[in-house]
Amino acid sequence: MIMTTTAQKVEAEKVEKDIILDIQELSVYYGKFRAVNGVSIPVERHKVVSLIGPSGCGKSTLLRSLNRMNDLIPTARVEGKVLFQGEDLYAPGADPIDIRFRVGMVFQKPNPFPKSIYDNVAFGPRINGFKGKLDDLVEESLRQAALWDEVKDRLKDSAYALSGGQQQRLCIARTLAVRPELILMDEPCSALDPIATLAIEDLIHQLQEQYTIVIVTHNMQQAGRVSDYTAFMNMDADRAGYLVEYDATQQIFTNPQDKRTEDYISGRFG
Amino acid sequence: MTVSLPAPAAVRRARSRSLLSRATEWVVERLLLVCAFVSIGTTFGIVAILGVETLAFFQQVPLFAFFTDTQWTPLFSDKHYGILPLLSGTLLVAGGAMLVALPVGLLAAVYLSEYAPVRVRAVLKPALEVLAGVPTVVYGYFALLFVTPILQTLVPGTEVFNAASASIVMGIMIIPLVSSLSEDAMSAVPRSLREAALALGATRQETTVKVVIPAAASGIMASFILTASRAIGETMIVAIAAGLQPKLTLNPFESVETMTAYIVQVSLGDTPHGSLEYQTIFAVGTALFVLTFLLNVVSLGVVRRFREQYQ
Ligand SMILES: Nc1ncnc2c1ncn2[C@@H]1O[C@H](COP(=O)(O)OP(=O)(O)O)[C@@H](O)[C@H]1O
Ligand SMILES: [Mg+2]
Repeated sequence: MIMTTTAQKVEAEKVEKDIILDIQELSVYYGKFRAVNGVSIPVERHKVVSLIGPSGCGKSTLLRSLNRMNDLIPTARVEGKVLFQGEDLYAPGADPIDIRFRVGMVFQKPNPFPKSIYDNVAFGPRINGFKGKLDDLVEESLRQAALWDEVKDRLKDSAYALSGGQQQRLCIARTLAVRPELILMDEPCSALDPIATLAIEDLIHQLQEQYTIVIVTHNMQQAGRVSDYTAFMNMDADRAGYLVEYDATQQIFTNPQDKRTEDYISGRFG
Repeated sequence: MTVSLPAPAAVRRARSRSLLSRATEWVVERLLLVCAFVSIGTTFGIVAILGVETLAFFQQVPLFAFFTDTQWTPLFSDKHYGILPLLSGTLLVAGGAMLVALPVGLLAAVYLSEYAPVRVRAVLKPALEVLAGVPTVVYGYFALLFVTPILQTLVPGTEVFNAASASIVMGIMIIPLVSSLSEDAMSAVPRSLREAALALGATRQETTVKVVIPAAASGIMASFILTASRAIGETMIVAIAAGLQPKLTLNPFESVETMTAYIVQVSLGDTPHGSLEYQTIFAVGTALFVLTFLLNVVSLGVVRRFREQYQ
């Protein structure tokens, strides 16, 4: 396990493993309340990492600090480092707009714009001044999101004409259209039925070839199905979330090193 | 741990009400009914009188002349009954006021809804609404005694009574109407849509212009239309500052007369009841009523569409 190796060896491993995102001793506060306490998670390129843990343990908070969405909450404050491709997202010169362009996010509830299917996907490229063939980019993104065949004849229809599962895949297509290097997903299936959920999970598998994904889920089976690595978070008495264990998903589910992980996995609490 | 419940009979007894409370309820109910009827009846009465007097007017003045004659001189010996000069005066002043109120009001709404910190907003929004509470007569004299002299130095040849001055001041007066209603429409846009845009690397400005305003467009439109009908119906400012000369002109620096100002003018005079001059105010009133009614119908339609905008 990583924790038992020396610091140097950790660094060596990170290079070897091509770490795209390195969360180091990250704490997030809302005013005086510490929601996340000293979490360290290295994320390897082209892997899917899932964050699991009881409700309120700071999973969303942690995720939103990875693309600086927490900047929108005036009281939110961050300590520690988030190295993305080697650059600290919270360095003084870091530009949140640029970061959000490179780190995409898919939300819990599908949130398409009240615009056409086409305009939803084209939104990101347009604001980023995309100069190429927009039609092709939109098609490519919808294909990657496994939605193209269902919508190719009605690109001008309102996004609200789609079902919930289709809307969520549209939101994924919209995120893919700006070609992010990392995609964050916050319980992307929690508002969907089981069939739509499976479609999204399939999609995550396919996206893995080109993207790196960090996904929050409260569904442990889902974590088991989609992710390569799993981080189990818990919260202590003053509700500050901390990392209990981070390891290969297989390992977490079959041979957890921590008693608390084992209890959670086997459904004894949470 | 069982909770001992009271017997049903005991509950029923506790709920049975005294004769007095039932009587009070009966009286209150009738009283509310009467109040409702008073307001409905008043509206009905106004419409009825308006209709009767307007009909009487149009028995003497042909509808065609009313809509095509370019002069409005019912109080002169050479009488003309063309509504156009009053209509143009009304639209000129109201249009000018909208020109002032829409951009400022909309920008204020954008600031309040998208940029202002909670505390600033808590102070600024009610402060803006106070603007709407200032008596209009104050605005009227502000226009005549403060704005007009400035206009006269800026634009030589500006008449003492002019449309521009009334427009500017009326525009200031109705800014809160635009900003408050538009801000409501923008604040109603779900936060999740803003987050979606920001997560794609949109700036706050891009989010506002490309997501929030389009999503709130119908509500903003409705605020514009409501404001327009308020501007058309405004009386005191125009009566004081815009003048009493029905003139078919588009020059805002000339004196004009609006429909409302004309009604004031005749009402204040000693026009005998039942005379044609007297009936003109009802004809103009009806025209004004129809104009604002149409605007409100349009506005209602827009608001209805607004509800279908986002989920
Ligand atoms: N905007 C906020 N302001 C203050 N506290 C918040 C805010 N958002 C979340 N919290 C608190 O932070 C803690 C973690 O929340 P969250 O990250 O949403 O947990 P999770 O996603 O694991 O359920 C909770 O105690 C929650 O009440
Ligand atoms: Mg959450």
